[in-house]
Amino acid sequence: MQRFLNDPDDIVDETVRGFVRAHADRVRLCDGNARVVVARDAPVSGKVGIVTGGGSGHEPAFVGYTGAGMVDATAIGELFSSPTAKSFHDAIKAADGGAGVVVLYGNYAGDNMNVKMASRMAAKDGVEVLTVVANDDVSSAPPEEREKRRGVAGEIFMWKIGGAKAAEGADAAAVRDAAQGAIDACRSVGVGLAPCTLPAVGHPNFSIEAGTMEMGIGHHGEPGTSVTKLGTADEIASEMTRIVLDDHDLPSGTEVAVLVSGLGATPRGELYVLYDRMARDIEDRGLKIHKAYVGDYFTSLEMVGATLTVMALDDERKRLLAASTDCPAFGAA
Amino acid sequence: MMASFPNAGSGGIVRDIAAVIVENRAYLSEIDGKIGDGDHGVNMAKGFGRAAERIAPDASLSDALSTLSDVLMSEIGGSMGPLYGMFFAEMSETVAQDTHIDGARFAAMLRAGLEGIEAVGAAKVGDKTMIDALVPAVEAAEANRSDITAQLREVASAAEAGRDSTTDMVAKLGRAARLGERSRGVPDAGATSCALILRNLCDGAARRLEQG
Repeated sequence: MQRFLNDPDDIVDETVRGFVRAHADRVRLCDGNARVVVARDAPVSGKVGIVTGGGSGHEPAFVGYTGAGMVDATAIGELFSSPTAKSFHDAIKAADGGAGVVVLYGNYAGDNMNVKMASRMAAKDGVEVLTVVANDDVSSAPPEEREKRRGVAGEIFMWKIGGAKAAEGADAAAVRDAAQGAIDACRSVGVGLAPCTLPAVGHPNFSIEAGTMEMGIGHHGEPGTSVTKLGTADEIASEMTRIVLDDHDLPSGTEVAVLVSGLGATPRGELYVLYDRMARDIEDRGLKIHKAYVGDYFTSLEMVGATLTVMALDDERKRLLAASTDCPAFGAA
Repeated sequence: MMASFPNAGSGGIVRDIAAVIVENRAYLSEIDGKIGDGDHGVNMAKGFGRAAERIAPDASLSDALSTLSDVLMSEIGGSMGPLYGMFFAEMSETVAQDTHIDGARFAAMLRAGLEGIEAVGAAKVGDKTMIDALVPAVEAAEANRSDITAQLREVASAAEAGRDSTTDMVAKLGRAARLGERSRGVPDAGATSCALILRNLCDGAARRLEQG
């Protein structure tokens, strides 16, 4: 595969520089740390700060969700590698408007360690830090071991709900509870059809044989639950929907938000093909789709594949989902 | 032969460790690439190389360990930044007030380093990680407190035996866990870098002992 590259070692710095140039009306670089992107209006005095962060290669995540009504400051790591504790700490400082900071991130070993250390550093500065760790990927562990599950595209809903709650002026504990409620209401599954390559390494990170697909694959190629013959779009969409809703167990009549994201190299059209079947299957299970998002929201370099996320809604989550947002990857709802 | 070596002026041991990590950049990435992302050598060499440039020629061992920890924590993310960052931070703090490091203090330093890793990481012996090299090394240090010369020899070989033990293990944590049985047959990259660090820490300390 031919790629747009200069020196592979510079790809993250160049991505961040280009991102900030392109969206200078909404974001800026943190003073003194070129691996932290801050919303133009942050910190907002008296508002709870929202911080996230993660490895690069998932664009528009994580950086694209930085902006008014969503994330105040985002820490950026190397490709598929957690940001440093210092970057998380600098993001916490940049987001702190005096009302505490809530860090909303995904359940990965490196992120857990670096957020924990950054929170300790911030506590020494006198900043109250609460955390919510996303674990919406149903294939990464059985339901009784939910604390082991990874965070995937459900993080977007967690940022949206937590960010909107903070923008309403809620205190840190209430923001944390809203974000925790959002991720608890989310279930996701991924499917991979072809792997991805870290440019500096030069060969695919893992393999998916031609003619097969890996159901339950993670955002960095973590193992799925099954490798089977490649199905039709309808078969794959139905299987993904079944996996998510079997785990979710929602009462009939529940309103849901649905997010289908490509993993980087899947045409948008094919995502709509998947959604067409998923939407009918979701409705056949007695659920009501309140809002749908289809696009490249959370990718994995040039992996071919898609994720499905379903979030159960209540009145508060509907209100917060509709609240105004101005970040590059997630416009006004 | 002395029973202890001075903390002051021993920072060169850490620079030597860094040089060995930089020399092994390609090897560490190669073994990591067989079962992981293939970036272990790149990230380790970046962090240790930068730290070596910032360690003053006459630095103490504790100050040099502290500099190394700061660079790993602030500039190298992922899992290795905080794990090795905590390892060296706790080692540094433990001996910061010591004028001389004897067998008991050397063992205490390694034990504290292990506890630093355990404070942020979840790995246990047998998971095919750096812990498999480190835990036997700490145990060897504690079993040989009264004879630092034997201690340094035993710690280095225990770390290397621990590293070798990872070859036949199946990874349970990290990206290598993806491969399950297929992760057998390759040593763990973290255990390999940990054994290199401990081997060169012990050899460097032994040279300082001989200098008296």
